[in-house]
Amino acid sequence: MPALAPTAGGSAVVVSGAAAQRRPRTAYLLLIPGLAWLGIFFVVPLVSLFFTSLQAPTDRAGVYQPAFQVGNYLTALQEYWPVFIKSFIYSGIATVLALVIAYPLAYFIAFRAGRWRALLLVLVVAPFFASFLLRTYAWRTILADEGFITSFFNALHLLPENRILNTPIAVVLGLTYNFLPFMILPLYAALERIDPRLIEAASDLYASPFTGFRKVIWPLSLPGVVAGTLLTFIPASGDYINATLLGAPSDRMVGNAIQTNFLQFRDYPIASALSFILMAIILAVVFVYIRRAGTEDLV
Amino acid sequence: MRWLRKNLIPIIGILVLVYLFVPIAVVAILSFNKPEGKFNVAWNQFSLEAWQNICGVPGVCGSFVTSIQIGILATILGTIFGTMIAFALVRYRFRGRSTTNLLIFLPMATPEVVLGSSLLALFLNLAFPLGFWTVTIAHIMFIISFVVVTVKARLQGMDPRLEEAARDLYADPRATFRYVTFPLVLPGILGAALLGFSLSFDDYIISAFNAGTLVTFPIYIWGAAQRGIPVQVNALATLVFVIALITVVSAQVIGSRRRRKMESAAAG
Repeated sequence: MPALAPTAGGSAVVVSGAAAQRRPRTAYLLLIPGLAWLGIFFVVPLVSLFFTSLQAPTDRAGVYQPAFQVGNYLTALQEYWPVFIKSFIYSGIATVLALVIAYPLAYFIAFRAGRWRALLLVLVVAPFFASFLLRTYAWRTILADEGFITSFFNALHLLPENRILNTPIAVVLGLTYNFLPFMILPLYAALERIDPRLIEAASDLYASPFTGFRKVIWPLSLPGVVAGTLLTFIPASGDYINATLLGAPSDRMVGNAIQTNFLQFRDYPIASALSFILMAIILAVVFVYIRRAGTEDLV
Repeated sequence: MRWLRKNLIPIIGILVLVYLFVPIAVVAILSFNKPEGKFNVAWNQFSLEAWQNICGVPGVCGSFVTSIQIGILATILGTIFGTMIAFALVRYRFRGRSTTNLLIFLPMATPEVVLGSSLLALFLNLAFPLGFWTVTIAHIMFIISFVVVTVKARLQGMDPRLEEAARDLYADPRATFRYVTFPLVLPGILGAALLGFSLSFDDYIISAFNAGTLVTFPIYIWGAAQRGIPVQVNALATLVFVIALITVVSAQVIGSRRRRKMESAAAG
Protein backbone atom coordinates (compact mmCIF):
# COMPACT_ATOMS: atom_id res chain seq x y z
CA MET A 1 0.00 0.00 0.00
CA PRO A 2 1.98 3.02 -1.18
CA ALA A 3 -0.27 5.25 0.87
CA LEU A 4 2.30 7.61 2.21
CA ALA A 5 4.57 7.50 -0.77
CA PRO A 6 6.31 10.74 -1.58
CA THR A 7 5.76 11.28 -5.27
CA ALA A 8 8.85 11.81 -7.32
CA GLY A 9 7.29 14.34 -9.64
CA GLY A 10 5.33 16.02 -6.90
CA SER A 11 3.02 18.75 -8.00
CA ALA A 12 4.70 18.93 -11.40
CA VAL A 13 2.40 16.17 -12.57
CA VAL A 14 2.57 15.23 -16.18
CA VAL A 15 -0.89 15.90 -17.48
CA SER A 16 -1.23 13.90 -20.62
CA GLY A 17 -2.13 15.76 -23.79
CA ALA A 18 -5.76 14.75 -24.13
CA ALA A 19 -6.45 15.20 -20.43
CA ALA A 20 -5.02 18.68 -20.25
CA GLN A 21 -7.49 19.91 -22.80
CA ARG A 22 -10.47 18.93 -20.69
CA ARG A 23 -12.37 21.78 -19.22
CA PRO A 24 -11.47 22.78 -15.68
CA ARG A 25 -15.16 22.98 -14.79
CA THR A 26 -15.28 19.21 -14.38
CA ALA A 27 -12.23 19.48 -12.14
CA TYR A 28 -14.00 21.93 -9.85
CA LEU A 29 -17.08 19.70 -9.72
CA LEU A 30 -14.83 16.82 -8.67
CA LEU A 31 -13.13 18.93 -6.04
CA ILE A 32 -16.15 20.58 -4.44
CA PRO A 33 -17.53 17.87 -2.10
CA GLY A 34 -14.17 16.83 -0.64
CA LEU A 35 -12.70 20.30 -0.34
CA ALA A 36 -15.94 21.66 1.11
CA TRP A 37 -15.80 18.91 3.73
CA LEU A 38 -12.20 19.77 4.58
CA GLY A 39 -13.09 23.46 4.61
CA ILE A 40 -15.99 23.06 7.00
CA PHE A 41 -14.58 20.38 9.27
CA PHE A 42 -10.86 21.18 9.18
CA VAL A 43 -10.28 24.86 8.34
CA VAL A 44 -13.32 26.34 10.11
CA PRO A 45 -12.56 24.34 13.31
CA LEU A 46 -9.00 25.67 13.30
CA VAL A 47 -10.38 29.21 13.06
CA SER A 48 -12.89 28.37 15.76
CA LEU A 49 -10.05 26.98 17.87
CA PHE A 50 -8.15 30.22 17.41
CA PHE A 51 -11.10 32.29 18.66
CA THR A 52 -11.61 29.90 21.55
CA SER A 53 -7.96 30.33 22.51
CA LEU A 54 -8.64 34.05 23.05
CA GLN A 55 -11.82 33.69 25.09
CA ALA A 56 -12.14 34.93 28.66
CA PRO A 57 -13.74 33.12 31.60
CA THR A 58 -17.17 34.07 32.92
CA ASP A 59 -18.73 33.64 36.35
CA ARG A 60 -19.82 30.14 35.51
CA ALA A 61 -17.16 27.42 35.38
CA GLY A 62 -16.66 25.91 31.91
CA VAL A 63 -18.42 28.80 30.15
CA TYR A 64 -16.35 31.37 28.28
CA GLN A 65 -17.11 34.57 26.45
CA PRO A 66 -15.58 36.01 23.29
CA ALA A 67 -12.61 38.20 24.06
CA PHE A 68 -9.12 39.01 22.92
CA GLN A 69 -7.08 37.53 25.72
CA VAL A 70 -3.63 37.07 24.23
CA GLY A 71 -2.53 36.37 27.78
CA ASN A 72 -3.95 32.85 27.44
CA TYR A 73 -0.95 31.98 25.30
CA LEU A 74 1.46 33.32 27.91
CA THR A 75 -0.31 31.41 30.66
CA ALA A 76 -0.22 28.24 28.58
CA LEU A 77 3.47 28.63 27.79
CA GLN A 78 4.41 29.57 31.34
CA GLU A 79 2.68 26.58 32.78
CA TYR A 80 3.55 24.03 30.10
CA TRP A 81 6.88 24.94 28.48
CA PRO A 82 8.74 22.06 30.18
CA VAL A 83 6.04 19.71 28.87
CA PHE A 84 6.54 21.05 25.35
CA ILE A 85 10.30 20.49 25.55
CA LYS A 86 9.83 17.01 26.95
CA SER A 87 7.34 16.11 24.21
CA PHE A 88 9.65 17.17 21.44
CA ILE A 89 12.61 15.33 23.03
CA TYR A 90 10.58 12.11 23.35
CA SER A 91 9.16 12.33 19.84
CA GLY A 92 12.55 13.37 18.39
CA ILE A 93 14.33 10.36 19.91
CA ALA A 94 11.49 8.07 18.82
CA THR A 95 11.75 9.42 15.25
CA VAL A 96 15.50 8.80 15.05
CA LEU A 97 15.10 5.30 16.52
CA ALA A 98 12.32 4.53 14.06
CA LEU A 99 14.50 5.68 11.16
CA VAL A 100 17.39 3.46 12.26
CA ILE A 101 15.09 0.46 12.70
CA ALA A 102 12.99 1.04 9.58
CA TYR A 103 15.79 1.63 7.08
CA PRO A 104 17.19 -1.94 6.97
CA LEU A 105 13.70 -3.41 6.60
CA ALA A 106 12.70 -0.94 3.86
CA TYR A 107 16.01 -1.64 2.10
CA PHE A 108 15.48 -5.37 2.39
CA ILE A 109 11.96 -5.15 0.93
CA ALA A 110 13.02 -2.84 -1.89
CA PHE A 111 16.16 -4.66 -3.07
CA ARG A 112 16.33 -8.18 -1.69
CA ALA A 113 12.80 -9.46 -1.19
CA GLY A 114 12.08 -10.55 -4.78
CA ARG A 115 8.68 -12.12 -5.10
CA TRP A 116 7.99 -11.77 -1.37
CA ARG A 117 7.87 -8.01 -1.71
CA ALA A 118 4.07 -7.60 -1.83
CA LEU A 119 3.56 -9.97 1.09
CA LEU A 120 6.19 -8.20 3.21
CA LEU A 121 4.49 -4.85 2.55
CA VAL A 122 1.21 -6.31 3.75
CA LEU A 123 2.97 -7.49 6.90
CA VAL A 124 4.34 -3.98 7.49
CA VAL A 125 0.83 -2.48 7.54
CA ALA A 126 -0.73 -5.50 9.27
CA PRO A 127 -0.25 -4.04 12.79
CA PHE A 128 -2.84 -1.43 11.79
CA PHE A 129 -5.40 -4.24 11.75
CA ALA A 130 -4.82 -4.84 15.44
CA SER A 131 -6.01 -2.23 17.90
CA PHE A 132 -3.51 0.57 18.53
CA LEU A 133 -4.56 0.78 22.18
CA LEU A 134 -4.26 -2.96 22.76
CA ARG A 135 -0.86 -3.13 21.09
CA THR A 136 0.35 -0.29 23.28
CA TYR A 137 -1.16 -1.96 26.33
CA ALA A 138 0.64 -5.20 25.36
CA TRP A 139 3.95 -3.44 25.97
CA ARG A 140 2.98 -3.36 29.64
CA THR A 141 3.22 -7.14 29.57
CA ILE A 142 6.43 -7.22 27.55
CA LEU A 143 8.21 -4.58 29.63
CA ALA A 144 6.80 -5.65 32.99
CA ASP A 145 9.11 -5.18 35.98
CA GLU A 146 9.60 -8.90 36.60
CA GLY A 147 9.61 -9.68 32.87
CA PHE A 148 12.45 -11.09 30.80
CA ILE A 149 13.51 -7.85 29.10
CA THR A 150 13.63 -5.73 32.23
CA SER A 151 15.51 -8.44 34.15
CA PHE A 152 18.03 -8.75 31.33
CA PHE A 153 18.85 -5.04 31.26
CA ASN A 154 18.81 -4.88 35.03
CA ALA A 155 21.39 -7.67 35.17
CA LEU A 156 23.60 -5.46 33.00
CA HIS A 157 22.86 -2.49 35.28
CA LEU A 158 21.72 -0.43 32.32
CA LEU A 159 18.49 0.97 33.74
CA PRO A 160 18.74 4.15 35.82
CA GLU A 161 15.42 3.49 37.57
CA ASN A 162 15.84 -0.33 37.59
CA ARG A 163 12.72 -0.61 35.50
CA ILE A 164 11.41 0.25 32.05
CA LEU A 165 7.68 0.49 32.58
CA ASN A 166 6.45 3.84 33.90
CA THR A 167 9.67 5.57 32.82
CA PRO A 168 10.45 7.81 29.80
CA ILE A 169 12.18 4.80 28.17
CA ALA A 170 8.87 2.97 27.88
CA VAL A 171 7.17 6.06 26.44
CA VAL A 172 9.85 6.50 23.78
CA LEU A 173 9.78 2.77 22.97
CA GLY A 174 6.01 2.90 22.61
CA LEU A 175 6.16 5.93 20.30
CA THR A 176 8.86 4.28 18.20
CA TYR A 177 6.86 1.10 17.87
CA ASN A 178 3.51 2.66 17.11
CA PHE A 179 4.60 4.94 14.28
CA LEU A 180 7.14 2.59 12.69
CA PRO A 181 4.98 1.65 9.65
CA PHE A 182 4.68 5.38 8.84
CA MET A 183 8.47 5.39 8.58
CA ILE A 184 8.86 2.13 6.66
CA LEU A 185 6.35 2.88 3.86
CA PRO A 186 7.77 6.18 2.55
CA LEU A 187 11.33 4.86 2.94
CA TYR A 188 10.38 1.82 0.90
CA ALA A 189 8.66 3.98 -1.73
CA ALA A 190 11.81 6.08 -2.15
CA LEU A 191 14.22 3.12 -2.15
CA GLU A 192 12.11 1.17 -4.61
CA ARG A 193 12.56 3.91 -7.20
CA ILE A 194 16.35 3.61 -7.09
CA ASP A 195 17.74 1.76 -10.10
CA PRO A 196 19.72 -1.21 -8.69
CA ARG A 197 22.22 -0.71 -11.50
CA LEU A 198 23.36 2.49 -9.78
CA ILE A 199 24.51 0.39 -6.84
CA GLU A 200 26.31 -1.98 -9.20
CA ALA A 201 27.91 0.99 -10.90
CA ALA A 202 29.17 2.25 -7.56
CA SER A 203 30.79 -1.07 -6.73
CA ASP A 204 32.20 -1.36 -10.27
CA LEU A 205 33.91 1.95 -9.58
CA TYR A 206 35.52 0.41 -6.49
CA ALA A 207 33.26 2.07 -3.94
CA SER A 208 33.08 0.05 -0.76
CA PRO A 209 29.55 -0.99 0.21
CA PHE A 210 29.59 1.73 2.85
CA THR A 211 30.71 4.45 0.42
CA GLY A 212 28.21 3.21 -2.11
CA PHE A 213 25.50 3.56 0.47
CA ARG A 214 26.65 6.99 1.63
CA LYS A 215 27.15 8.46 -1.82
CA VAL A 216 24.43 6.77 -3.87
CA ILE A 217 21.61 5.16 -1.92
CA TRP A 218 21.29 7.51 1.03
CA PRO A 219 21.05 10.73 -1.05
CA LEU A 220 18.55 9.13 -3.40
CA SER A 221 16.42 7.92 -0.50
CA LEU A 222 16.28 11.36 1.14
CA PRO A 223 12.72 12.19 0.01
CA GLY A 224 11.60 9.01 1.78
CA VAL A 225 13.64 9.90 4.85
CA VAL A 226 12.05 13.35 5.00
CA ALA A 227 8.50 12.03 4.50
CA GLY A 228 9.00 9.17 6.95
CA THR A 229 10.54 11.27 9.72
CA LEU A 230 7.74 13.85 9.42
CA LEU A 231 5.01 11.21 9.38
CA THR A 232 6.54 9.75 12.54
CA PHE A 233 7.48 12.95 14.32
CA ILE A 234 4.16 14.78 13.84
CA PRO A 235 1.82 12.16 15.32
CA ALA A 236 4.39 11.24 17.98
CA SER A 237 4.72 14.81 19.27
CA GLY A 238 0.95 15.15 19.73
CA ASP A 239 0.37 11.67 21.11
CA TYR A 240 -0.80 11.11 24.66
CA ILE A 241 -1.73 7.43 24.55
CA ASN A 242 1.81 6.09 24.98
CA ALA A 243 2.58 8.56 27.75
CA THR A 244 -0.61 7.64 29.60
CA LEU A 245 -0.43 3.86 29.20
CA LEU A 246 3.34 3.32 29.47
CA GLY A 247 4.74 6.31 31.37
CA ALA A 248 4.59 7.65 34.89
CA PRO A 249 2.47 10.75 35.64
CA SER A 250 5.68 12.79 35.36
CA ASP A 251 6.18 11.63 31.75
CA ARG A 252 3.02 13.31 30.46
CA MET A 253 3.29 15.07 27.11
CA VAL A 254 1.61 18.06 25.46
CA GLY A 255 -1.16 15.81 24.19
CA ASN A 256 -2.00 14.95 27.80
CA ALA A 257 -2.08 18.63 28.73
CA ILE A 258 -4.45 19.46 25.84
CA GLN A 259 -6.65 16.48 26.59
CA THR A 260 -7.00 17.11 30.34
CA ASN A 261 -7.55 20.85 29.88
CA PHE A 262 -10.21 20.22 27.24
CA LEU A 263 -12.05 17.23 28.64
CA GLN A 264 -11.44 17.34 32.41
CA PHE A 265 -10.77 20.92 33.51
CA ARG A 266 -12.98 22.30 30.71
CA ASP A 267 -10.48 25.13 30.38
CA TYR A 268 -11.14 25.48 26.66
CA PRO A 269 -9.12 28.68 26.09
CA ILE A 270 -5.92 27.26 27.58
CA ALA A 271 -6.42 23.92 25.82
CA SER A 272 -6.96 25.74 22.50
CA ALA A 273 -3.92 27.92 23.05
CA LEU A 274 -1.85 24.77 23.74
CA SER A 275 -3.16 23.14 20.54
CA PHE A 276 -2.29 26.23 18.55
CA ILE A 277 1.21 26.48 19.96
CA LEU A 278 1.82 22.78 19.22
CA MET A 279 0.53 23.19 15.67
CA ALA A 280 2.63 26.33 15.11
CA ILE A 281 5.82 24.66 16.35
CA ILE A 282 5.19 21.59 14.20
CA LEU A 283 4.50 23.64 11.08
CA ALA A 284 7.66 25.66 11.71
CA VAL A 285 9.69 22.46 12.13
CA VAL A 286 8.16 20.98 8.97
CA PHE A 287 8.84 24.13 6.99
CA VAL A 288 12.47 24.50 8.05
CA TYR A 289 13.11 20.79 7.69
CA ILE A 290 11.67 20.56 4.18
CA ARG A 291 13.60 23.65 3.12
CA ARG A 292 16.79 22.16 4.54
CA ALA A 293 16.26 18.79 2.92
CA GLY A 294 15.37 20.43 -0.36
CA THR A 295 12.34 18.31 -1.10
CA GLU A 296 9.14 20.25 -1.32
CA ASP A 297 7.01 17.53 -2.82
CA LEU A 298 5.58 15.64 0.06
CA VAL A 299 2.10 15.12 -1.16
CA MET B 1 31.10 -14.75 9.44
CA ARG B 2 31.01 -14.10 5.72
CA TRP B 3 27.54 -15.58 5.55
CA LEU B 4 26.45 -13.26 8.31
CA ARG B 5 27.83 -10.23 6.52
CA LYS B 6 26.10 -11.19 3.31
CA ASN B 7 22.76 -11.76 4.99
CA LEU B 8 22.92 -9.05 7.60
CA ILE B 9 20.22 -6.88 6.03
CA PRO B 10 17.65 -9.67 5.58
CA ILE B 11 18.27 -10.78 9.17
CA ILE B 12 17.78 -7.28 10.56
CA GLY B 13 14.74 -6.83 8.31
CA ILE B 14 13.11 -9.98 9.59
CA LEU B 15 13.93 -9.05 13.19
CA VAL B 16 12.17 -5.71 12.66
CA LEU B 17 9.12 -7.55 11.31
CA VAL B 18 9.16 -9.81 14.35
CA TYR B 19 9.34 -6.70 16.55
CA LEU B 20 6.24 -5.33 14.78
CA PHE B 21 4.35 -8.51 15.58
CA VAL B 22 5.43 -9.20 19.17
CA PRO B 23 2.73 -7.01 20.80
CA ILE B 24 0.08 -8.52 18.51
CA ALA B 25 1.21 -11.97 19.59
CA VAL B 26 0.90 -10.87 23.21
CA VAL B 27 -2.65 -9.63 22.59
CA ALA B 28 -3.56 -12.93 20.92
CA ILE B 29 -1.94 -15.13 23.59
CA LEU B 30 -3.64 -13.20 26.39
CA SER B 31 -7.00 -13.86 24.73
CA PHE B 32 -6.57 -17.48 25.88
CA ASN B 33 -5.72 -16.42 29.40
CA LYS B 34 -7.66 -16.66 32.60
CA PRO B 35 -6.22 -13.64 34.36
CA GLU B 36 -5.42 -13.61 38.04
CA GLY B 37 -7.28 -10.59 39.34
CA LYS B 38 -8.76 -7.87 37.16
CA PHE B 39 -5.81 -6.97 34.93
CA ASN B 40 -5.08 -9.24 32.00
CA VAL B 41 -1.35 -8.50 31.76
CA ALA B 42 0.40 -11.67 32.90
CA TRP B 43 -0.09 -15.30 31.87
CA ASN B 44 -1.98 -17.32 34.44
CA GLN B 45 -4.00 -20.21 33.08
CA PHE B 46 -5.26 -21.43 29.71
CA SER B 47 -8.94 -20.79 29.11
CA LEU B 48 -11.31 -20.62 26.15
CA GLU B 49 -13.89 -18.73 28.12
CA ALA B 50 -13.51 -15.41 26.30
CA TRP B 51 -13.70 -17.07 22.88
CA GLN B 52 -16.78 -19.12 23.76
CA ASN B 53 -18.59 -16.12 25.17
CA ILE B 54 -17.17 -13.29 23.09
CA CYS B 55 -20.04 -10.87 23.84
CA GLY B 56 -20.23 -11.96 27.45
CA VAL B 57 -19.15 -8.65 28.93
CA PRO B 58 -21.69 -5.83 28.54
CA GLY B 59 -20.58 -3.04 26.23
CA VAL B 60 -17.88 -4.91 24.32
CA CYS B 61 -19.90 -6.01 21.31
CA GLY B 62 -22.09 -2.92 21.29
CA SER B 63 -19.09 -0.62 21.00
CA PHE B 64 -17.59 -2.96 18.42
CA VAL B 65 -20.70 -2.69 16.22
CA THR B 66 -20.74 1.11 16.63
CA SER B 67 -17.14 1.28 15.42
CA ILE B 68 -17.93 -0.88 12.40
CA GLN B 69 -20.95 1.28 11.49
CA ILE B 70 -18.95 4.49 11.75
CA GLY B 71 -16.04 2.87 9.87
CA ILE B 72 -18.19 1.76 6.94
CA LEU B 73 -20.04 5.08 6.63
CA ALA B 74 -16.90 7.19 6.95
CA THR B 75 -14.93 4.97 4.57
CA ILE B 76 -17.55 5.10 1.82
CA LEU B 77 -17.92 8.89 1.90
CA GLY B 78 -14.23 9.58 2.51
CA THR B 79 -13.19 7.27 -0.32
CA ILE B 80 -15.63 8.85 -2.79
CA PHE B 81 -14.60 12.42 -1.93
CA GLY B 82 -10.89 11.56 -1.88
CA THR B 83 -10.98 9.66 -5.16
CA MET B 84 -12.75 12.57 -6.87
CA ILE B 85 -10.07 14.97 -5.66
CA ALA B 86 -7.31 12.60 -6.78
CA PHE B 87 -8.78 12.43 -10.30
CA ALA B 88 -9.10 16.21 -10.47
CA LEU B 89 -5.48 16.66 -9.34
CA VAL B 90 -3.97 14.17 -11.76
CA ARG B 91 -6.20 14.61 -14.79
CA TYR B 92 -7.01 18.30 -14.95
CA ARG B 93 -5.31 21.63 -15.03
CA PHE B 94 -7.05 24.20 -12.90
CA ARG B 95 -6.40 27.26 -10.81
CA GLY B 96 -5.89 26.70 -7.11
CA ARG B 97 -4.03 23.45 -7.52
CA SER B 98 -1.35 24.27 -4.96
CA THR B 99 -3.99 25.46 -2.47
CA THR B 100 -5.74 22.13 -2.96
CA ASN B 101 -2.49 20.26 -2.38
CA LEU B 102 -1.91 22.26 0.79
CA LEU B 103 -5.45 21.60 2.03
CA ILE B 104 -4.88 17.87 1.49
CA PHE B 105 -1.49 17.90 3.19
CA LEU B 106 -2.35 19.98 6.27
CA PRO B 107 -4.72 17.50 7.98
CA MET B 108 -1.96 14.88 7.75
CA ALA B 109 0.55 17.34 9.22
CA THR B 110 -1.75 18.15 12.13
CA PRO B 111 -1.49 16.08 15.30
CA GLU B 112 -4.68 14.17 16.05
CA VAL B 113 -5.08 15.97 19.35
CA VAL B 114 -5.31 19.29 17.47
CA LEU B 115 -7.75 17.87 14.89
CA GLY B 116 -9.92 16.47 17.64
CA SER B 117 -9.84 19.51 19.89
CA SER B 118 -10.47 21.99 17.07
CA LEU B 119 -13.53 20.07 15.87
CA LEU B 120 -14.77 19.93 19.44
CA ALA B 121 -14.27 23.70 19.71
CA LEU B 122 -16.45 24.12 16.59
CA PHE B 123 -19.18 21.76 17.79
CA LEU B 124 -19.20 23.43 21.22
CA ASN B 125 -19.43 26.91 19.72
CA LEU B 126 -22.33 25.76 17.53
CA ALA B 127 -23.90 23.81 20.41
CA PHE B 128 -24.03 20.82 18.06
CA PRO B 129 -24.90 17.60 19.96
CA LEU B 130 -21.94 15.21 20.22
CA GLY B 131 -22.30 11.54 19.30
CA PHE B 132 -22.46 9.18 16.34
CA TRP B 133 -22.61 11.89 13.67
CA THR B 134 -19.89 14.12 15.05
CA VAL B 135 -17.51 11.15 15.20
CA THR B 136 -18.46 10.09 11.65
CA ILE B 137 -17.95 13.64 10.36
CA ALA B 138 -14.51 13.74 11.98
CA HIS B 139 -13.50 10.38 10.51
CA ILE B 140 -14.54 11.35 6.97
CA MET B 141 -12.42 14.49 7.40
CA PHE B 142 -9.19 12.66 8.21
CA ILE B 143 -9.79 9.79 5.77
CA ILE B 144 -10.03 12.09 2.71
CA SER B 145 -6.35 13.10 2.70
CA PHE B 146 -5.08 9.53 2.96
CA VAL B 147 -7.38 8.45 0.12
CA VAL B 148 -6.23 11.31 -2.11
CA VAL B 149 -2.57 10.43 -1.61
CA THR B 150 -3.10 6.70 -2.22
CA VAL B 151 -5.32 7.02 -5.30
CA LYS B 152 -3.14 9.79 -6.72
CA ALA B 153 -0.08 7.53 -6.53
CA ARG B 154 -1.99 4.80 -8.39
CA LEU B 155 -3.21 7.21 -11.09
CA GLN B 156 0.25 8.61 -11.63
CA GLY B 157 1.74 5.14 -11.85
CA MET B 158 -0.65 4.15 -14.63
CA ASP B 159 0.63 3.70 -18.15
CA PRO B 160 -1.02 6.53 -20.18
CA ARG B 161 -0.66 4.45 -23.34
CA LEU B 162 -3.45 2.14 -22.14
CA GLU B 163 -5.98 4.95 -22.28
CA GLU B 164 -4.55 6.21 -25.56
CA ALA B 165 -4.95 2.73 -26.98
CA ALA B 166 -8.60 2.71 -25.92
CA ARG B 167 -9.16 6.04 -27.61
CA ASP B 168 -7.38 4.84 -30.74
CA LEU B 169 -9.82 1.96 -30.80
CA TYR B 170 -12.68 4.49 -30.92
CA ALA B 171 -13.75 4.20 -27.30
CA ASP B 172 -15.56 7.38 -26.25
CA PRO B 173 -14.41 9.03 -22.99
CA ARG B 174 -17.12 7.29 -21.00
CA ALA B 175 -16.22 3.84 -22.33
CA THR B 176 -12.53 4.53 -21.80
CA PHE B 177 -13.21 5.39 -18.19
CA ARG B 178 -15.59 2.48 -17.65
CA TYR B 179 -13.50 -0.26 -19.25
CA VAL B 180 -9.90 0.96 -18.92
CA THR B 181 -9.27 3.71 -16.38
CA PHE B 182 -11.60 2.63 -13.60
CA PRO B 183 -10.60 -1.07 -13.51
CA LEU B 184 -6.94 -0.03 -13.45
CA VAL B 185 -7.43 2.43 -10.58
CA LEU B 186 -9.80 0.18 -8.64
CA PRO B 187 -7.10 -1.68 -6.68
CA GLY B 188 -5.77 1.70 -5.54
CA ILE B 189 -9.24 2.82 -4.48
CA LEU B 190 -9.84 -0.44 -2.60
CA GLY B 191 -6.46 -0.12 -0.89
CA ALA B 192 -7.34 3.43 0.08
CA ALA B 193 -10.72 2.31 1.42
CA LEU B 194 -9.08 -0.43 3.46
CA LEU B 195 -6.60 2.07 4.90
CA GLY B 196 -9.44 4.49 5.61
CA PHE B 197 -11.47 1.84 7.39
CA SER B 198 -8.57 0.70 9.54
CA LEU B 199 -7.77 4.33 10.47
CA SER B 200 -11.40 4.98 11.39
CA PHE B 201 -11.95 1.70 13.22
CA ASP B 202 -8.81 2.20 15.29
CA ASP B 203 -9.05 5.91 15.97
CA TYR B 204 -9.12 6.86 19.61
CA ILE B 205 -7.90 10.45 20.03
CA ILE B 206 -10.16 12.30 17.56
CA SER B 207 -13.15 10.14 18.51
CA ALA B 208 -12.64 10.68 22.24
CA PHE B 209 -12.88 14.44 21.78
CA ASN B 210 -16.05 14.34 19.69
CA ALA B 211 -17.94 11.32 21.00
CA GLY B 212 -19.83 12.83 23.92
CA THR B 213 -21.33 9.79 25.59
CA LEU B 214 -20.99 7.54 22.52
CA VAL B 215 -18.71 4.54 23.09
CA THR B 216 -16.70 3.24 20.14
CA PHE B 217 -14.50 0.14 20.44
CA PRO B 218 -11.28 2.11 21.12
CA ILE B 219 -13.12 4.35 23.59
CA TYR B 220 -14.37 1.23 25.35
CA ILE B 221 -10.83 -0.16 25.56
CA TRP B 222 -9.48 3.11 26.93
CA GLY B 223 -12.14 3.23 29.61
CA ALA B 224 -11.61 -0.43 30.48
CA ALA B 225 -7.83 0.01 30.75
CA GLN B 226 -8.27 1.75 34.12
CA ARG B 227 -10.27 -1.11 35.68
CA GLY B 228 -8.90 -4.05 33.67
CA ILE B 229 -9.54 -4.86 30.01
CA PRO B 230 -11.87 -7.89 29.69
CA VAL B 231 -10.31 -10.91 27.94
CA GLN B 232 -13.15 -10.72 25.39
CA VAL B 233 -11.61 -7.53 23.99
CA ASN B 234 -8.40 -9.42 23.23
CA ALA B 235 -10.40 -12.18 21.56
CA LEU B 236 -12.34 -9.70 19.36
CA ALA B 237 -9.21 -7.79 18.39
CA THR B 238 -7.42 -11.04 17.52
CA LEU B 239 -10.39 -12.13 15.43
CA VAL B 240 -10.42 -8.83 13.49
CA PHE B 241 -6.68 -9.03 12.93
CA VAL B 242 -6.78 -12.59 11.62
CA ILE B 243 -9.74 -11.92 9.30
CA ALA B 244 -8.18 -8.73 7.93
CA LEU B 245 -4.81 -10.39 7.38
CA ILE B 246 -6.31 -13.41 5.62
CA THR B 247 -8.45 -11.16 3.40
CA VAL B 248 -5.56 -8.94 2.36
CA VAL B 249 -3.07 -11.75 1.82
CA SER B 250 -5.50 -13.79 -0.26
CA ALA B 251 -6.38 -10.69 -2.32
CA GLN B 252 -2.65 -10.27 -2.93
CA VAL B 253 -2.19 -13.88 -3.94
CA ILE B 254 -5.20 -13.87 -6.28
CA GLY B 255 -4.08 -10.56 -7.78
CA SER B 256 -0.55 -11.70 -8.49
CA ARG B 257 -1.76 -15.01 -9.89
CA ARG B 258 -4.13 -13.22 -12.27
CA ARG B 259 -1.37 -10.85 -13.31
CA ARG B 260 0.96 -13.77 -14.04
CA LYS B 261 -1.74 -15.47 -16.07
CA MET B 262 -2.37 -12.32 -18.07
CA GLU B 263 1.32 -11.84 -18.66
CA SER B 264 1.81 -15.38 -19.87
CA ALA B 265 -1.27 -15.05 -22.08
CA ALA B 266 0.13 -11.84 -23.55
CA ALA B 267 3.51 -13.49 -24.11
CA GLY B 268 1.93 -16.57 -25.71
